[in-house]
This record gives sequence, structure tokens and C-alpha cells, in this order.
Amino acid sequence: MSSKVIQAMYNDDDVLMSAVKETKSAHHHIEEVYTPFPVHGLDKAMGLAPTRIAITAFMYGLCGLSFAIWMTNYMMIQDWPQDIGGKPSFAWIYNMPAFVPIMFEMTVFFAAHLMVITFYMRSRLWPFKEAENPDPRTTDDMFVMEVAVEGNEKELTSFLKKTGAVEIKVTEKH
Amino acid sequence: MYKFSKKLKTLSFALMIAGFVGIVWGFMNAPSTVEQAKEIVAKSHDSHGSGHGEATTHADEKSGHGEVKVDDHASEASHGEEGHSAAHDEHVFHQLQNRPWSALYVAIFFFMMLALGTLAFYAIQQVAQAGWSIVLFRVMEGITAYLPVGAVILFVFLVLSGMHMNHVFAWMDPALVDPTSPKYDHLLDAKKSYLNVPFFLIRAVIYIAGWIWYRQYARKRTLALDNAQEGDIKQYKKLFGASAAFLVFYLVSESMMSWDWLMSIDHHWFSTLYGWYIFAGMFVSGITTIALITIYLKSRGYMEYVNDSHLHDLAKFMFGFSVFWTYLWFSQFMLIWYADIPEEVTYYAQRFDEIKGLFLGMIVMNFIFPVLVLMNSDYKRLPWFIVMAGIVVLIGHYIDVYILITPGSVGEHWKFISPEVIGSALFFLGLFIFVVFTALTKAPLKVKGNPFMKESEQFHY
Repeated sequence: MSSKVIQAMYNDDDVLMSAVKETKSAHHHIEEVYTPFPVHGLDKAMGLAPTRIAITAFMYGLCGLSFAIWMTNYMMIQDWPQDIGGKPSFAWIYNMPAFVPIMFEMTVFFAAHLMVITFYMRSRLWPFKEAENPDPRTTDDMFVMEVAVEGNEKELTSFLKKTGAVEIKVTEKH
Repeated sequence: MYKFSKKLKTLSFALMIAGFVGIVWGFMNAPSTVEQAKEIVAKSHDSHGSGHGEATTHADEKSGHGEVKVDDHASEASHGEEGHSAAHDEHVFHQLQNRPWSALYVAIFFFMMLALGTLAFYAIQQVAQAGWSIVLFRVMEGITAYLPVGAVILFVFLVLSGMHMNHVFAWMDPALVDPTSPKYDHLLDAKKSYLNVPFFLIRAVIYIAGWIWYRQYARKRTLALDNAQEGDIKQYKKLFGASAAFLVFYLVSESMMSWDWLMSIDHHWFSTLYGWYIFAGMFVSGITTIALITIYLKSRGYMEYVNDSHLHDLAKFMFGFSVFWTYLWFSQFMLIWYADIPEEVTYYAQRFDEIKGLFLGMIVMNFIFPVLVLMNSDYKRLPWFIVMAGIVVLIGHYIDVYILITPGSVGEHWKFISPEVIGSALFFLGLFIFVVFTALTKAPLKVKGNPFMKESEQFHY
């Protein structure tokens, strides 16, 4: 099923921010906003649910930490005990200070990479995916707000004009 | 204008009185003869239920007869048991005598450090022309008002040490650099041109004078800025220049201060990143103090213009600098642990053998606790969360300072939960509260005339 949307273009992020707030308070449904760079506070203005990526990052970090502990223990203590600098290798805990940098790096590595992968999956992004943004100028200097058309199309168009849109397009969205 | 509440004033006096009693108790109970010292040790051994190995401390004794052992082993053996144990008894006697002094010094240094760390933070805000923190400037100025008081008390303590009233700084003993003395320490003798009492005190005067000068200068400039005409930023520019110059002076003087006032207590040991490590502890404690006092003032209905974004930023600094402190602490620890060079590793070996509980507990308090509590962004905006984390961090850094000083000055006969340690902390806490909150009443809690004031008022993240 396809629906009709209005794409309002803006050329300034401050104008866009106030337009988003006005549209929200006029109870129009904003489908999506495309911007060439992250606009601070836009997610709050659009009323998006707060991100949960921080929680996943924490859990990925814990996974990395556990993996590093297991890895150092297996490599340096169990499988092939190594005596480096005369440090006793009978138990992991005796060598623990030497493993702290590894534990730190693994925590960061897991948290960072898995967070990026999670973000791609949640955003439905993968290599060679066709771009979703409605206008190539949104990667340059234009901001696009997509508003669902419900009821009077003309009224909505003139409302969006008033919010400072420099260009307005009505299209079908699939 | 802030009014010093009666309750808080009473509290500060009560703390000072209780603390004073504890300090006096400490001095009354310090041994005045070697026999009394032996008695105290015997008693504490009984109550511990186990004898500390008598030999454990000898490897890194301060009084220098460890050196004698290495240099002239045969003669040391011929001294016989009796001569050695007499020397040991006297050593323990000095350590026990140091106990109240050392406790006092920990408290003097810690509260001076809060003011100094805040002053550095304040100068950085000025130089960076930071927008968000301007509404907090008067709180920072209130805290730094303690610096002249605290630094002068600390200087008096150093002078008393120089006059051999106490043996916190063992290197001040002239016998150690006297080649004819049996206690002669040739390693210390080589450092004599730097580590000698007159030069030590001259350096202390230079550091303290520089810090106090900037503090008073900055205060005058912001007060003048309050009364300046609108758009007149002459004072603001002057303050910017002075702050930049101060930061250069501070980074050098802070580092040297940490060698002089803390590292020299273990005078055979040295670490090249010590200054940074002390800086990190000082900075995080200072920021925590700013946060705690701001939250207190807000809870009393002042500073309504401080919003949760300001608190959020302070909590982020607390979090970040707790991690930074740990990074430096661990960098110092791991290199020394890994290289395992006897002259370096004794420092940690002693702390691990004698004071393990506090030594490891402090890392939990200063690292694991703030990291877990302050990691979540939402929690950084909850005042009671910041207060809880802040109190633990401050106590943690108090213990850190205690561990920097006590093993070198008191050795294995330390006692953290004792009237003199708690008394010293309470006394200087009371004095700190009294001085800081008195200074807060002296000027409006909001500065005027700063060109970025609007940004700070509207600060929103």
C-alpha cells in the first residue's frame, strides 16, 4: 500500500528545527527527516523514543571483557604457560595486571564494532543498498521533512510553506 | 546573596571541636619514650592476635640502616643482635611518634588539594572561555577561598617538620647526610642539593605564593566585572591573561609540589608520572566538591539558574577524571610491577604487604564505583546519585592521600580507624566548610558582566 507524503525542503538546520516543532504541535505526522549532518536535539523535537544503543554497548563491553579474560587465561596460563619477566604463571590472577591492557582493548573493540553492526542492522543498512533519501541534495545542503498527508493537502502545503520551506513536493511513497 | 545558615555553621564548629579532640588524643597517646613505644607495639600485637614478622619492614626502612646493610654487610653482622634491635626500637618509636603528625598532614594536604584542584579547574574554564560553567564561578571562588588558609597551614606544618618537631619527612634528619654518622645514606646525600630544608621551604613559598596570588587576583577581577559597565570586558580580558599564565605556572609547580610534599616522604623512591597522578586525584576531587556544594546550594533554594545540564556536565567530569586518575594510577603501578626493580617495587611491596585492604579498597571506591554509578547518562542528572558517588569518590581520594603519606611516615603501625586520623579529617572538614561558606556569603552567587553569561544561563544539552 502506498501513501501520499509531502516533502518539505529547508536550507537551514535552525529553520528545520523550528519547523519540526511547529509541525509537531499542529499534530501532523512527521514520517522522517533527512539531514546532511546530525542535528542536535532533532530526535527529541520529533518525539522519537530514546535510543537503547547505550545499553547494548554496555553489554557488548562486558562480552569483550569476559572474552579477554577467557582468552588471556587460555593462551597464557592454561594452554602454554608463559613465564614473562619472572611473573609466576600458576594462576591468572597473579598475572592480572599484565592483562589489564588486553581486557581494556577487548572491551572497547567489542563495544565499538558490535555497536556499529547493531546500528546498521537497526537502520536496515547493508552494502550496495539503494539509498532511501528522497533527494540527493539531502547529502549536500538541504534538509527534507516528510509529512504524511491526511485530509486537506492544500492546507498542509501552505502550512509547511509558512514554516520556512523553500521547496515543496508531493509524492507517493511505497 | 547567600546567607550562611545557622545549622551549617554549628555543624562546622561541631566538626572542628570533635576533630580537635581527636587530634589532641592522638598527640597525648603518642609515645614520648622508646619504652612506651615498645609497650604500644606489644599491645597492638596482642590485640591483633598475631605477630607481624619483625623483619618485614627492614627491607625498605627510611632511617638508612637498610643501606648500611648493603654497603657494609660484615660490620652490620658484627653489630650483633642487640645493637640492631635497639636501632629498630628507636625507629618504631619515631614511627609511632609520627602517627598523629602524619594523620594531621593527610588532612591538611587533602583539603588544600580540594581548593587547588578547583582553582585549576576554574583557570581552565577561564582560559577555554567555556560558556556552560560561568554560573558556577562563584561556587568555585568560594572553594578556592580555602586555598590561602589551607596552604598557609600546610606551610606551617612543613616549617615544623623542618624544625624536627616530627619525622614525617625522614630525609630531613641531618644524620642521614653526614658521612661520619652510622646512619649515613649515600643515596640521599646525592640528592642533597635538591632535598634540603632551606631550599625545600623556599620552593614551598614560591608555589604557595603563586597560587594565592592568582586566586586573589581572579577574585578581584570578577568582583570588578560585577560592577563594570555593560559591555566593558577589560577585566575579563585581564583575567583571561592571568589565568593562562597561572596554568603554566600551576602545571610546573603542581608537579614539583607533589615531589616535594608527597614523593619525598619515600625519599629513595621516585616515579616520573607522579605529578600527573597527583594532579588527576586533585582535579577529580575538586570537581566533585564543586558538584556537591552546587547541589547543596540548589537544595537550599539558591542558584535556581543552575539546571540539570550543568550538573550533567559536572558529573561527566567526575566520571571522566575518575577514569583518568585510574589510568595514571595503573600506568604507574603496572610498569613498576612488571619491571620488578627492587628500588622501585619496594614502594608497592610495602603497600601491598602492610595496607592491602585500604590499597585495594581505594581503587574500588575511586574507579569501579564511579564508573558503574555514573556511566548512565540519566543518572548523571540525578542530584542524589551525584551526591552518593561524590561522597564515595572524596573518601576514596582521602584514602589515596593517606596511602601516599602514611606507609612512608608511619610504616606498618598505621591505624586508619583511629581518633587522630578521623579527628584530623573532621577538623579540617569543619574548617573547610566554615571558610568556604563564609566566602560564599561575601558576593552574589551569580557573576555579572561575563560576555558568555547568556550561554551559561541557557545551557541545555
